[in-house]
Amino acid sequence: MMRVRKDESRPLRAEDDVVRARQAVRSWAVEMGFSLIDQTKLVTAASELARNTVVYGGGGTLRMEALEDGPRAGLRLVFADEGPGIADIDTALRDGYTTGGGLGLGLGGARRLVTEFAIDSAPGQGTRITVVKWK
Amino acid sequence: MDRIPILKMGRVLLVTIQVDMHDRLALALQDDLSERIVRDGARGVLIDISSLEIVDSFIGRVLGDIAAVSRVLDAVTVVVGMQPAVAITLVELGLSLPGVRTALNVERGMELLRAVTMEDEPDPVDDAGPEG
Repeated sequence: MMRVRKDESRPLRAEDDVVRARQAVRSWAVEMGFSLIDQTKLVTAASELARNTVVYGGGGTLRMEALEDGPRAGLRLVFADEGPGIADIDTALRDGYTTGGGLGLGLGGARRLVTEFAIDSAPGQGTRITVVKWK
Repeated sequence: MDRIPILKMGRVLLVTIQVDMHDRLALALQDDLSERIVRDGARGVLIDISSLEIVDSFIGRVLGDIAAVSRVLDAVTVVVGMQPAVAITLVELGLSLPGVRTALNVERGMELLRAVTMEDEPDPVDDAGPEG
Protein backbone atom coordinates (compact mmCIF):
# COMPACT_ATOMS: atom_id res chain seq x y z
CA MET A 1 0.00 0.00 0.00
CA MET A 2 1.20 3.47 -0.83
CA ARG A 3 1.85 5.84 2.00
CA VAL A 4 3.20 9.36 2.35
CA ARG A 5 6.28 9.25 4.53
CA LYS A 6 6.86 12.99 4.67
CA ASP A 7 5.23 16.05 3.19
CA GLU A 8 5.68 19.79 3.02
CA SER A 9 3.99 22.71 1.31
CA ARG A 10 5.82 25.78 0.09
CA PRO A 11 4.60 29.06 -1.39
CA LEU A 12 5.30 29.88 -5.03
CA ARG A 13 4.67 33.60 -5.19
CA ALA A 14 7.75 35.21 -6.71
CA GLU A 15 10.79 34.31 -8.78
CA ASP A 16 12.89 33.72 -5.70
CA ASP A 17 10.42 31.03 -4.64
CA VAL A 18 11.23 29.18 -7.87
CA VAL A 19 14.90 29.09 -6.84
CA ARG A 20 13.95 27.94 -3.33
CA ALA A 21 11.61 25.27 -4.76
CA ARG A 22 14.45 23.92 -6.92
CA GLN A 23 16.71 23.76 -3.86
CA ALA A 24 14.05 22.02 -1.76
CA VAL A 25 13.35 19.42 -4.48
CA ARG A 26 17.08 18.83 -4.85
CA SER A 27 17.56 18.28 -1.13
CA TRP A 28 14.61 15.84 -0.94
CA ALA A 29 15.81 13.95 -4.01
CA VAL A 30 19.31 13.65 -2.52
CA GLU A 31 17.93 12.50 0.81
CA MET A 32 15.75 9.89 -0.90
CA GLY A 33 18.76 8.50 -2.74
CA PHE A 34 17.85 9.41 -6.32
CA SER A 35 20.73 9.13 -8.80
CA LEU A 36 22.38 12.35 -9.91
CA ILE A 37 20.65 12.15 -13.30
CA ASP A 38 17.24 11.60 -11.73
CA GLN A 39 17.88 14.44 -9.27
CA THR A 40 18.71 16.69 -12.20
CA LYS A 41 15.57 15.63 -14.09
CA LEU A 42 13.37 16.21 -11.04
CA VAL A 43 14.84 19.61 -10.28
CA THR A 44 14.59 20.68 -13.92
CA ALA A 45 10.94 19.56 -14.15
CA ALA A 46 10.23 21.36 -10.86
CA SER A 47 11.86 24.52 -12.19
CA GLU A 48 9.67 24.53 -15.31
CA LEU A 49 6.47 23.85 -13.40
CA ALA A 50 7.21 26.24 -10.52
CA ARG A 51 7.91 29.02 -13.02
CA ASN A 52 4.59 28.31 -14.76
CA THR A 53 2.80 28.53 -11.41
CA VAL A 54 4.36 31.93 -10.71
CA VAL A 55 4.26 33.43 -14.21
CA TYR A 56 1.03 32.02 -15.68
CA GLY A 57 -0.86 30.98 -12.56
CA GLY A 58 -0.27 34.21 -10.68
CA GLY A 59 1.36 32.30 -7.82
CA GLY A 60 0.33 29.25 -5.84
CA THR A 61 1.88 26.43 -3.88
CA LEU A 62 4.18 23.47 -4.25
CA ARG A 63 3.38 20.39 -2.21
CA MET A 64 6.13 17.81 -1.86
CA GLU A 65 5.45 14.24 -0.76
CA ALA A 66 7.91 11.43 -0.18
CA LEU A 67 6.04 8.27 -1.21
CA GLU A 68 6.55 4.68 -0.20
CA ASP A 69 4.86 1.92 -2.13
CA GLY A 70 6.21 -1.37 -0.84
CA PRO A 71 9.87 -1.40 -1.79
CA ARG A 72 9.45 1.56 -4.14
CA ALA A 73 10.18 5.13 -3.15
CA GLY A 74 8.98 8.11 -5.11
CA LEU A 75 8.79 11.87 -4.94
CA ARG A 76 5.47 13.50 -5.74
CA LEU A 77 5.27 17.21 -6.53
CA VAL A 78 1.97 19.05 -6.79
CA PHE A 79 1.96 22.54 -8.31
CA ALA A 80 -1.33 24.31 -7.66
CA ASP A 81 -2.52 27.77 -8.56
CA GLU A 82 -5.83 29.60 -8.80
CA GLY A 83 -4.93 31.41 -11.99
CA PRO A 84 -6.74 31.53 -15.34
CA GLY A 85 -6.39 27.79 -15.95
CA ILE A 86 -5.60 26.04 -19.22
CA ALA A 87 -8.33 25.88 -21.87
CA ASP A 88 -6.69 23.38 -24.20
CA ILE A 89 -4.37 21.03 -22.31
CA ASP A 90 -3.32 19.02 -25.38
CA THR A 91 -2.12 22.17 -27.11
CA ALA A 92 -0.40 23.41 -23.96
CA LEU A 93 1.57 20.16 -23.78
CA ARG A 94 2.78 20.45 -27.37
CA ASP A 95 6.43 21.40 -27.78
CA GLY A 96 6.86 24.88 -29.12
CA TYR A 97 3.50 26.15 -27.91
CA THR A 98 3.76 29.19 -25.68
CA THR A 99 1.61 32.07 -24.56
CA GLY A 100 4.56 33.69 -22.83
CA GLY A 101 8.04 34.50 -23.97
CA GLY A 102 9.46 31.04 -23.43
CA LEU A 103 10.39 28.23 -25.74
CA GLY A 104 7.15 26.39 -25.12
CA LEU A 105 9.01 23.41 -23.74
CA GLY A 106 7.96 23.79 -20.13
CA LEU A 107 4.96 21.49 -19.82
CA GLY A 108 5.78 18.89 -22.45
CA GLY A 109 9.43 18.92 -21.43
CA ALA A 110 8.63 18.50 -17.75
CA ARG A 111 6.36 15.57 -18.60
CA ARG A 112 9.26 13.76 -20.29
CA LEU A 113 11.44 14.13 -17.20
CA VAL A 114 9.13 12.35 -14.73
CA THR A 115 7.41 8.97 -14.41
CA GLU A 116 3.84 10.16 -13.89
CA PHE A 117 2.29 13.42 -15.01
CA ALA A 118 -1.27 14.69 -14.55
CA ILE A 119 -2.92 18.04 -15.24
CA ASP A 120 -6.18 19.10 -13.70
CA SER A 121 -7.25 22.46 -15.09
CA ALA A 122 -10.11 24.35 -16.66
CA PRO A 123 -10.61 28.00 -17.64
CA GLY A 124 -11.18 30.07 -14.51
CA GLN A 125 -10.57 27.07 -12.25
CA GLY A 126 -6.84 27.27 -11.71
CA THR A 127 -4.32 24.58 -12.54
CA ARG A 128 -3.06 21.62 -10.59
CA ILE A 129 -0.16 19.63 -12.00
CA THR A 130 0.94 16.46 -10.24
CA VAL A 131 4.18 14.70 -11.11
CA VAL A 132 5.80 11.64 -9.58
CA LYS A 133 9.23 10.24 -10.13
CA TRP A 134 9.83 6.73 -8.83
CA LYS A 135 13.31 5.58 -7.98
CA MET B 1 20.29 43.85 -7.56
CA ASP B 2 22.83 41.06 -7.81
CA ARG B 3 24.92 40.85 -10.94
CA ILE B 4 27.05 38.06 -12.34
CA PRO B 5 30.61 39.39 -12.75
CA ILE B 6 32.05 39.68 -16.25
CA LEU B 7 35.84 39.53 -16.58
CA LYS B 8 37.79 40.80 -19.56
CA MET B 9 40.79 38.89 -20.84
CA GLY B 10 42.20 40.36 -24.02
CA ARG B 11 39.33 40.39 -26.47
CA VAL B 12 37.38 37.76 -24.61
CA LEU B 13 34.76 38.27 -21.91
CA LEU B 14 34.67 35.57 -19.26
CA VAL B 15 31.65 34.66 -17.18
CA THR B 16 31.48 31.94 -14.56
CA ILE B 17 27.98 31.26 -13.35
CA GLN B 18 28.33 30.04 -9.79
CA VAL B 19 24.91 30.70 -8.33
CA ASP B 20 21.49 29.19 -8.82
CA MET B 21 20.20 32.02 -11.01
CA HIS B 22 16.73 33.39 -10.72
CA ASP B 23 15.28 34.49 -14.04
CA ARG B 24 15.92 38.21 -13.63
CA LEU B 25 19.58 37.55 -12.89
CA ALA B 26 19.90 35.57 -16.12
CA LEU B 27 18.26 38.39 -18.10
CA ALA B 28 20.53 40.95 -16.42
CA LEU B 29 23.55 38.90 -17.50
CA GLN B 30 22.27 38.93 -21.08
CA ASP B 31 21.92 42.74 -21.01
CA ASP B 32 25.30 43.25 -19.33
CA LEU B 33 27.08 41.01 -21.82
CA SER B 34 25.56 42.74 -24.84
CA GLU B 35 26.64 46.09 -23.45
CA ARG B 36 30.15 44.89 -22.60
CA ILE B 37 30.72 43.29 -26.02
CA VAL B 38 30.21 46.69 -27.60
CA ARG B 39 32.01 48.76 -24.94
CA ASP B 40 35.06 46.49 -24.78
CA GLY B 41 35.12 45.56 -28.46
CA ALA B 42 35.07 41.91 -27.43
CA ARG B 43 35.35 39.23 -30.11
CA GLY B 44 34.53 36.29 -27.88
CA VAL B 45 32.40 35.41 -24.86
CA LEU B 46 33.14 32.37 -22.74
CA ILE B 47 30.44 31.23 -20.32
CA ASP B 48 31.45 28.59 -17.82
CA ILE B 49 28.41 26.69 -16.54
CA SER B 50 30.28 23.89 -14.77
CA SER B 51 28.73 24.94 -11.44
CA LEU B 52 25.20 24.96 -12.81
CA GLU B 53 23.19 22.02 -11.51
CA ILE B 54 20.38 22.44 -14.03
CA VAL B 55 19.69 24.22 -17.30
CA ASP B 56 15.97 24.56 -17.80
CA SER B 57 14.14 26.01 -20.81
CA PHE B 58 14.49 29.55 -19.48
CA ILE B 59 18.25 29.39 -18.96
CA GLY B 60 18.51 27.54 -22.29
CA ARG B 61 16.68 30.37 -24.00
CA VAL B 62 18.91 32.98 -22.35
CA LEU B 63 22.07 31.14 -23.46
CA GLY B 64 20.67 30.97 -27.01
CA ASP B 65 19.79 34.66 -26.96
CA ILE B 66 23.25 35.60 -25.68
CA ALA B 67 24.81 33.60 -28.52
CA ALA B 68 22.50 35.22 -31.08
CA VAL B 69 23.04 38.77 -29.84
CA SER B 70 26.81 38.31 -29.67
CA ARG B 71 26.79 36.99 -33.23
CA VAL B 72 24.99 40.11 -34.41
CA LEU B 73 27.60 42.18 -32.54
CA ASP B 74 30.41 40.27 -34.28
CA ALA B 75 31.46 38.18 -31.31
CA VAL B 76 31.41 34.44 -30.73
CA THR B 77 29.92 32.86 -27.61
CA VAL B 78 31.10 29.51 -26.29
CA VAL B 79 29.36 27.74 -23.42
CA VAL B 80 31.69 25.40 -21.55
CA GLY B 81 31.69 22.87 -18.75
CA MET B 82 28.17 21.48 -18.89
CA GLN B 83 27.78 18.58 -16.46
CA PRO B 84 26.78 15.25 -18.07
CA ALA B 85 23.56 14.97 -16.04
CA VAL B 86 22.62 18.47 -17.17
CA ALA B 87 23.29 17.59 -20.82
CA ILE B 88 21.16 14.43 -20.63
CA THR B 89 18.29 16.29 -18.98
CA LEU B 90 18.51 19.17 -21.42
CA VAL B 91 18.15 16.90 -24.44
CA GLU B 92 15.27 15.01 -22.85
CA LEU B 93 13.60 18.30 -22.09
CA GLY B 94 13.72 18.97 -25.83
CA LEU B 95 16.50 21.55 -25.87
CA SER B 96 19.64 21.12 -27.90
CA LEU B 97 20.82 24.74 -27.68
CA PRO B 98 20.80 25.41 -31.43
CA GLY B 99 23.20 28.15 -32.42
CA VAL B 100 25.19 27.87 -29.20
CA ARG B 101 28.78 26.73 -29.52
CA THR B 102 29.92 24.48 -26.71
CA ALA B 103 33.24 23.12 -25.49
CA LEU B 104 34.03 20.56 -22.85
CA ASN B 105 35.98 22.86 -20.56
CA VAL B 106 37.41 26.37 -20.22
CA GLU B 107 40.71 25.39 -21.85
CA ARG B 108 39.08 24.03 -24.99
CA GLY B 109 36.65 26.92 -25.08
CA MET B 110 39.54 29.40 -24.99
CA GLU B 111 41.30 27.49 -27.79
CA LEU B 112 38.16 27.71 -29.88
CA LEU B 113 37.80 31.43 -29.24
CA ARG B 114 41.47 32.05 -29.90
CA ALA B 115 41.16 30.34 -33.28
CA VAL B 116 38.12 32.41 -34.17
CA THR B 117 39.41 35.76 -32.90
CA MET B 118 42.92 35.31 -34.33
CA GLU B 119 41.51 35.04 -37.84
CA ASP B 120 41.51 38.78 -38.35
CA GLU B 121 44.03 40.28 -35.97
CA PRO B 122 46.31 39.12 -33.19
CA ASP B 123 45.08 39.16 -29.65
CA PRO B 124 46.53 42.19 -27.85
CA VAL B 125 47.25 40.10 -24.77
CA ASP B 126 49.96 37.55 -25.34
CA ASP B 127 49.17 34.74 -22.94
CA ALA B 128 52.40 32.91 -23.77
CA GLY B 129 54.07 35.07 -21.14
CA PRO B 130 57.14 37.30 -21.47
CA GLU B 131 59.46 36.42 -24.30
CA GLY B 132 62.81 35.16 -23.14
